[in-house]
Formats: sequence, structure tokens, C-alpha cells
Amino acid sequence: MPAHASALLAPIRSVLQLWRRSIQARVVIGTLTLSTGLALLAGWVMLRQVTDGVLDSKTDAALSQAAAGFAAAQSRLDSAPDIDLLDVGSALNPLLDVLAPRSDAVDDYGIVALGPASLTGSAEEGGVLEAGFRFDAEASIPQDLLEKVRSTEGSWRAYTTIFPTASDSPTQPGLVVGSQIRVPPSVDQTSGRTYALFYVFPLQEQRETLFVVRGALITTGAVLVLLLGTIAWLVTRQVVTPVRLARSIAERLASGRLEERMHVRGEDDIARLGLSFNQMAGSLQSQIRQLEELSRLQRRFVADVSHELRTPLTTVRMAADVLHEARPSFDGATARSAELLQAELDRFELLLTDLLEISRFDAGAAQLDLGDVDVREVVSRVVEASAVLAADRGSELTVILPARPCLAEADARRLDRIVRNLVVNAINYGEGREVEISVASSPEAVAVTVRDHGVGLKPGEETMVFNRFWRADPARARTRGGTGLGLSIAIEDTALHGGRLDAWGRPGVGSVFRVVLPRRAGGEWTQPPLPLEPPDVDGAEAVGAPYARLSGSSEASR
Amino acid sequence: MEPVRPHRGKVLVVDDDSSLSEMLTIVLRNEGFDPRVCATGDKALAAFRDFQPAVVLLDLMLPGKDGVDVCREIRAESGVPIIMLTAKSDTVDIVVGLESGADDYVIKPFKPKELVARLRARLRKFEESAPESLEIGDLLIDVAGHTVKRQDAPLSLTPLEFDLLVCLARKPWQVFTREVLLEQVWGYRHAADTRLVNVHVQRLRSKVELDPEDPRIVMTVRGVGYKAGEATGS
Repeated sequence: MPAHASALLAPIRSVLQLWRRSIQARVVIGTLTLSTGLALLAGWVMLRQVTDGVLDSKTDAALSQAAAGFAAAQSRLDSAPDIDLLDVGSALNPLLDVLAPRSDAVDDYGIVALGPASLTGSAEEGGVLEAGFRFDAEASIPQDLLEKVRSTEGSWRAYTTIFPTASDSPTQPGLVVGSQIRVPPSVDQTSGRTYALFYVFPLQEQRETLFVVRGALITTGAVLVLLLGTIAWLVTRQVVTPVRLARSIAERLASGRLEERMHVRGEDDIARLGLSFNQMAGSLQSQIRQLEELSRLQRRFVADVSHELRTPLTTVRMAADVLHEARPSFDGATARSAELLQAELDRFELLLTDLLEISRFDAGAAQLDLGDVDVREVVSRVVEASAVLAADRGSELTVILPARPCLAEADARRLDRIVRNLVVNAINYGEGREVEISVASSPEAVAVTVRDHGVGLKPGEETMVFNRFWRADPARARTRGGTGLGLSIAIEDTALHGGRLDAWGRPGVGSVFRVVLPRRAGGEWTQPPLPLEPPDVDGAEAVGAPYARLSGSSEASR
Repeated sequence: MEPVRPHRGKVLVVDDDSSLSEMLTIVLRNEGFDPRVCATGDKALAAFRDFQPAVVLLDLMLPGKDGVDVCREIRAESGVPIIMLTAKSDTVDIVVGLESGADDYVIKPFKPKELVARLRARLRKFEESAPESLEIGDLLIDVAGHTVKRQDAPLSLTPLEFDLLVCLARKPWQVFTREVLLEQVWGYRHAADTRLVNVHVQRLRSKVELDPEDPRIVMTVRGVGYKAGEATGS
């Protein structure tokens, strides 16, 4: 079940996330893993050495004791005048009495003597004798050791498990040392028969010692690992805590709280990080303040220039108007001067208005005055107002409006200006041919396209047309009228609405400008309601490219 | 120059720029008005009381008392048409000016003809009109007598607000777009600024509506404009 699986996966995921996100967790987990490995290795080595040490001393003692015993038994047997070969008891009993540990001895061990066997190692003849420490001899003495002792001269040893005679007692580790005892040739004519004598040393004491050592090692190791983990945690915390603090303060700085600073204590690396951080924040803050101040000054300057320039211009304008009205009574040159003054004042005024508008955009002082606007009405109004200019240039204005209202949340004044700029531009560059204005809407957006059949745009020019004071043909610029700022203002107005203004063009065919505005201010759309490229133009590839204002950039030249 | 009736043409110009004031005086005289200049905001109210102009031209930025304050003071005691002269075309400044009681505004630099057209548009309504009685909502309008009454209690409207109300009441079946209202009430031939309409509808509502939040007399038709509320015949 997915739900079940995800419930199971949730803790795993949170652990993975902790691993990814927390340096501290990584360091602590890493330290724990490595130190556990080290402790295991060191413990194993130490345990080996201690084991070897403990066993070696015991083994040495046991071997020398056994060697002495074997030598004594051999010489005793050699010097015995007569023994019943097959009666192990009579032959070895006195011997065992000598060799067996005294009952009060510290070193407890057992002796096992086996009766003579043929060289072929067949079954015992004459039974088994035991002395000293009691145990199950048959089970405790390894078979391969027995065979080795039977078949080879010299003494052999092996570690074994000693089984007790009573089945409910615990087994214990032990060392078995065995050797042949030759039957003297004087007794045994068929020479080569041997007794087998075994010393069995219990190693329980050594095992217990090693248990204690092992326990101590495990405890030490575990404590050491835990301590190392704790130390790693504490040490990383020293580093990580200021880093985390810096992060949270950086986040707060980023969210605009420029007065946030790190608390600096001491003179270590962390403190210096904090100092540098604070310096950075401080310089950021002062730069932003400076920019804000500049922007404020700029805005203020625009307002002041606006006021200071406009009032005298009004006076000049009125004076020129009075002169213009009175020009019939002037002589020719003066009358013409009055006309020129009037005409150039118009241009000056337009330019001033556009410049002030542009600097308002640059200062970020432009504001939207939103309302429900029927784009059809805006277009109709603009077309009506542009009729005189169109007639003057010989252009015919064709308007294609949908039957239903195309409502959009927009600033009517700005939208009016956008459409007016596009229409006037189309008339100015339309070579006296038809200009088509279309309006369409979708649930998300409204669009207006203005198409002319004039000079068109060369490849690459469809973005340049929006540059300030850009003119397709500088030589003809002055006769076209306009300030050279119309499209720049139009694209700023469009951007303010969260809309787009695109241009398409082909030399000699004409150009299309399309403005798309969201139905709701700040809304999005996927498909513009009108295509940019006119559908009746086919063949050559379109040179149109979407143009979006570079956010925040307000350079006059790009 | 044809003679004009003196009280009809009296224009009080409140502007601190002496050149502009003088130029305005020349132009207004040429057009048959009788202008007087007041250079500071502090003296504006006294000049207004003394001169009793038919219309006030008021610069918004004045030394001393601000144009907006002067506008409020004059509006407090008279419904005389006030036209703002402003060098600022920012929405905020214009809306503040309109909300302080100005009827219309002209942005510097303006053409003399434009200013004169605005002046005439404001003064034209003072001309005699035929006796006519209109109903809008629960209000009764006497067009010739320039009075609006709610159950015999007169409401005090400025001439502009009165014109706006009459314009709506004359064609109660028609929805007026802001542009049409601008043309009919303000006399703009080409639509200018619909903020004028918005601000004055708000001001009108605050005077004639029982509950300005729930207008019954000046109704909003969303996305189109405004229309008159149905006459209740009271």
C-alpha cells in the first residue's frame, strides 16, 4: 500500500534529509562510525596480545612440567626390573602417584596413561589410568593428538575442550600435552610397543581472566566511542551554530531587513566571519540606502523640473499664441516667425511631456490607475482622434472590433496612450497605405494589433524600434514628426500593466505591433488572443521576435 | 471687443508666478473676461470674498498656504467653479486636487484656447434654462431653480455636481460612459481623464446618497459607466 510505504519511508527520508542538511549530523555520524571501527580494531589486537601472553606463560609452565613428567616416567619405566606389560596399573600406578599433583597444589592438572598399543595403533591393551584432576578422558583428548602420540616419538600438545565426568558440570578449555613412553626392550621383546601419557591442564582460570579483559575492553571502547561522538558534536556545534546564525541573518537581510547584524564575540575565525559578514551587510545597506536616496532625489528632481519648466513654458506658450493670433497685422518675416514659434513650441511641449514621462518610469514613480476598460472603446476613441492625421498622410484606418466588450483591468489613460502611440506610429511609417487595427480577447488576455503596409522593419529592428530616440532612417527622421519616444513610452506602459508589446516586420511589406494585456492586472496568459505575424504573409521567414523590457534596466541606450 | 456682462466674466487667478499671471490676465481680457490676480494662498480667500468671481483659476503649488487648502476653504463657503492649474500630472496630485473640491484641472503647459474652453464650459451652465423638473431616485430636481430636494429638504450641490446629476436624470434609461459624461458635463470633446468623473461621482454620492456604500441614485454599471437610479416617485 502506498500510504503504508510512505509512512515507512517518512522517517528514512527525514534521516536522509538530516544527513544532507546538517554538517553536524554528518560529522557526528562520521566520527561515531570511524571511532567504532578503530575501537574494534584496537580491542581485537589488544585481546589477541593479552590472550597470547596469558596462554604462553601457562603453556610454557605446562610444557616444562609435562616434559619433566615424561622424562621421569621413562626413566622409571626403564629402570623397572619387571612389569606386566599388559597390566597398565601395575606398571604405571606407582609412576602416576609420583607425577600426580598433590591435593593442595595450586596447579591442578590431570594425567592420563594409556596402555601399550601396537605400532599400528590398534585398540588399547591394558586399559586406562587416570590421576589428579578428574574428567572424561576419552572425550577430552582429541583423537588426532592421540594418533600422533601413538605413531610418533616426542611430545605433542593441543588445545581442547575438557569434558567433565559429571554431565551437568560445565566444560572448560584445556591444554593437552602427550608423549610416548617406550616400553623397555628388556620387557617387551616385540619392541616398539608404547604407552601413551597425557597431561591435561585446565585453562578455565585463563579463560576467566580473558573474559574480564574482554569485558573491560568492550566497556572502554564503547565509552570512548560515545565520548568521541559527544566531542565531535560539541566541536561542530561551536562552528555550526555561528554558521546557522549567519544563515538566518543572511535570509533576513535578503528579505529586506537591512538592519540585521550578527552578534560578534571574541577574535577567533568565527568572530572574524561575523565581522566580515556585518561589514558586507553594512556596505550593502549603505549602497541600497544610497540607491534609494538617489531614486528619491531623481523623483524629486523630475517633479521639480516638471514644475519649474512647465510654468514658464505656459507663459511662453500663451505669449506665442497671442502673437500667433495677431500675426495678420505683422509684416511677412515677423508673421512667419510667430508661426514657427508656435509650431516649434508644440514640438517642444510634446518632447517635454514625453521626457518627463520617461524619467518618471526610470525613477519607478509611474503608477497604475486601474479600472475596468473596454479596449474597443479605447481603440475607437484613438482612431477617431487620429483620423485627421491619417487623412493628412493619406492612410485609411480600418478597425476590426469583436461584437462583445473586451474588458480588461487597465489604466485607461495609459492604454489610450499605448494605442495612440502605435496608431500614430503606423500612420507615420505607413507610406500612406491602409492601417488595420484589430482587437480580440480571450478569457485571460486582451490584444490589440496595429498593422501597416509601409516601410516595414529589417531583421533585428523589431527590438530596436523600442529604443529611445531610435529612428529607422535618420535622414528622414525630422519629417516624420513625433518625439522618438512614443514606442519607448508604450513599452513602459505595457510593462507596467504586466503585458507585452511585440513587433513584427518585413522590409517593404509592413510591420505589426501587438500589445497584449492580462484581463486582470498582474495576470498570466498562455496564448495571445491575436497572432503577431499576419496570416496572409507567407513565404519568407518571420523576423519577429518577442521583446520584453529588461527588468530594472533603464539605460537610454542598449 | 464685444462687451460682456461684468459679473459673468469675473475670474480670480491665484498663481504665484507673476509672468504667468500677467499673461493670463492679457489672454483672459482678450477673451472678454474680467480677471484679478492673487499671488499667495494666504490672501486667496480674502480676495475671493472681496471679488466674488464667477470662476477661480487656482495654482496647486503656492507659497504659503497650499492650493489644496485654498480650494477646501473656498469650497466650504461656495460652490463656485474651481479650475486647478497644475504642473504635476501624477495621478495622486490630481486626485488630491479634485478631492479637495476642484471641478476641473488644466495641466501646465496648456494652450490658451484650452483654458478658455474649460472656463466657458464651467460658466455656460449659469445661463438661463427652461423650467424643468426631474426625478431621480427619491430626489426632485428643479433645473431652472438649480435646486435638489429630498422630501422638501434641499441638498447643497455645487453647480458641477448639479450638472452631473441633471445629466444622468434627464435620460434615466441610458447608461453613460465616463467619456460621454466628460463630454456632456465637462465639455471635453475628446475624452481626457476619467478620474474627473470618478472623483466627482464619489463627491456627488457623498451628498445625495443615503448610504454612499450602497448607491441608489447614481448607479455604477460595471465596466461601462453610470446611470440614474429609478425614480421612486416620492
